[in-house]
Amino acid sequence: MLKQTEGSKAVAEAIALCRPEVICAYPISPQTHIVEALGEIVKSGELTPCEFINVESEFAAMSVAIGASAAGARAYTATASQGLLFMAEAVYNASGLGLPIVMTVANRAIGAPINIWNDHSDSLSQRDSGWMQLFAETNQEAVDLHIQAFRLAEELSMPIMVCMDGFILTHAFERVDIPSQAQVDAYLPPFEPRQVLDPAEPVSIGAMVGPEAFMEVRYLAHAKQMQAIERIPQLASEFREIFGRDSGGLIRTYCTEDADTIIIAMGSVLGTIKDTVDEMRAQGHKIGVLGIISYRPFPLEQVKAALLNCRRFVVLEKSLAVGMGGIVATDVRMAVTGTGLKGFTAIAGLGGRPITKASLHKLFREAKAETLPPVTFLDLDWDAVNKQLAREKQTRRSGPVAENILHDKGIVSAKFG
Amino acid sequence: MGFQPVKFYQTGTYTVGNRLLAERSVQAGELRSNSINSGHRACQGCGEALGARYAIDAAMAGSNNQLIAVNATGCLEVFSTPYPESSWQVPWIHSLFGNAPAVATGVAAAMKVKGRKEVRVVAQGGDGSTTDIGFGCLSGMFERNDDVLYICYDNEAYMNTGVQRSSATPPAARTATTMPVGAEPGNPFGQGKNLPEIAMAHGIPYVATATVADLRDLEYKVRRAMTIRGARYIHLSVPCPLGWGTASSDTIRIARLAKESGMFPVFEAEYGEVTGVSKIRHQVPVEDYLKPQKRFAHLFGKTPHPETVARIQAIADRNIRKYGLLEEGSN
Repeated sequence: MLKQTEGSKAVAEAIALCRPEVICAYPISPQTHIVEALGEIVKSGELTPCEFINVESEFAAMSVAIGASAAGARAYTATASQGLLFMAEAVYNASGLGLPIVMTVANRAIGAPINIWNDHSDSLSQRDSGWMQLFAETNQEAVDLHIQAFRLAEELSMPIMVCMDGFILTHAFERVDIPSQAQVDAYLPPFEPRQVLDPAEPVSIGAMVGPEAFMEVRYLAHAKQMQAIERIPQLASEFREIFGRDSGGLIRTYCTEDADTIIIAMGSVLGTIKDTVDEMRAQGHKIGVLGIISYRPFPLEQVKAALLNCRRFVVLEKSLAVGMGGIVATDVRMAVTGTGLKGFTAIAGLGGRPITKASLHKLFREAKAETLPPVTFLDLDWDAVNKQLAREKQTRRSGPVAENILHDKGIVSAKFG
Repeated sequence: MGFQPVKFYQTGTYTVGNRLLAERSVQAGELRSNSINSGHRACQGCGEALGARYAIDAAMAGSNNQLIAVNATGCLEVFSTPYPESSWQVPWIHSLFGNAPAVATGVAAAMKVKGRKEVRVVAQGGDGSTTDIGFGCLSGMFERNDDVLYICYDNEAYMNTGVQRSSATPPAARTATTMPVGAEPGNPFGQGKNLPEIAMAHGIPYVATATVADLRDLEYKVRRAMTIRGARYIHLSVPCPLGWGTASSDTIRIARLAKESGMFPVFEAEYGEVTGVSKIRHQVPVEDYLKPQKRFAHLFGKTPHPETVARIQAIADRNIRKYGLLEEGSN
């Protein structure tokens, strides 16, 4: 059913249609509206049987999900930012135990400095946790990816994060097609666990494992994600048959066929990038876009195939590998090893810094001219940076960095660009 | 063969032996579940292994063998597993050091949603996971009154990692991180948590303490807990021969001395109110409890610390007053 709704609310409705049996909720911006909506759906009796548990921390949220999933219940939670880091130990544990939990990550920056706005630092910090990570470009895709995520997670008995940009998607009102219960039921069979705690058939789960078996367990987690590379496009195609629209898959290309320059990104910024590319194409530039939906598993072959005919690419990412450069860019470079393609990294939008079309135009033109440095920090205020560096050179007790920069900037308008 | 309810003259004690009582203990019954089977790797004289065996078998008896166990990281988890040598005859899950109460909440929620009300959930951990790293999750489970029995096996330090201090370590005790050196040897006074009282402060339906010196009492308390729904907590004193520096054959004697000296009050409480107290039968000075333990050896060596022993005695005296541990008119 088509409706004008908030991203978080749409996702909550989609989750409810997936019939989760245990939902654990701990509030953190910008995830709050999702669990609020789910709480109401469960409390009103609309979704039954379902236990909605208000836990005392994100660490507990993931732990409750672990217990519920190990006992054979379909388990869901949602988090963001500091919350994801706070539950990190349990995040690794869930995948290590092979429990198909689905979690929404309303992507948000990680402090300090504390910042509630969007970037991808949180889920990317859990890159090697053994969770699959799917990135939504729109709220429609966020809805659809959650439905696909339960199916994929339970097939492989491995957990999945569905990542949607905090505020930009979670709090945006737009048109979303909410599927019917019959459609979701046709796509998503009931959860049939591979392992379950049951007095009728006692098993030990989570025993101590020594060097004799540990590597095999870890390898199998990798092998599961390699299977997901095969299954994700198939599940997207089955999704199209039932729901009648394209959603999900490993990657998505836009105007790449004849492009000499391809911009690579994840999440909602793809919309702004496509608009910019449309304008540049109208001016005769052969430029295209490659959106990565499945960040983990990372589709090396598919990314390589999509880039083969271009000359250069720019990875525009909302994340930073401090001391190195790009996180996504590293994976993309791995994909194109041996092709001789020229690659640029643009770090953009950290902590919610707006990524404007004007800045993208400039960036993409410089990329085409190959005048970009290997790593660019889009719209970085060099004056502010240099002022702080000078201050640190001048005096030992230079004070807290973030507060100095805020002081230098004074009261700024909330409006950028 | 059925039971013969034979009754002999009783003195209010169990000294005449199991077989002579009208009701057998769970351990003495032929239907005991052996939930933690033989072949595990606990040290000789391990109080935790003994306590867990009695507690889980009693929980099985109290749940018609419909039990799922959740285990925190620690000695119990380590000595009872490396798979395939798992000692567990019940469905059992270990997740992390600090999350056993929350995992148990999840298991209980799953059972509820699946309509399997007959399946009960027990979570267990040592004092490190209970009073320190898992304290937040435990408090959350209590506060929500989740249908979980949590059992803390309290050996008063991090034994699995090599006897480091926890917030359940008693004053003056030597641990690897509170060495008997300096002006105030051993663990400082004025620190630590009283978990049973904290549990009571949550207003949960049932809180009890027990020691492995009175396994009948432990079985009773576990079975009592299993008759109640909601969050329940049992705090069990389990001497650790390795960490306490006691003889393996002395575990039960030391546990009894902990109770008889007043160092470990044994009681039960409902909804935050004490409802029953195990009285001290033959009161002993704390020296009798402390002296056999090498972790307190520095109090009695070449340079004894009688003033420190007196401070510990004061703690025992306060427990005795607070819980009314002495019979009226006894010494």
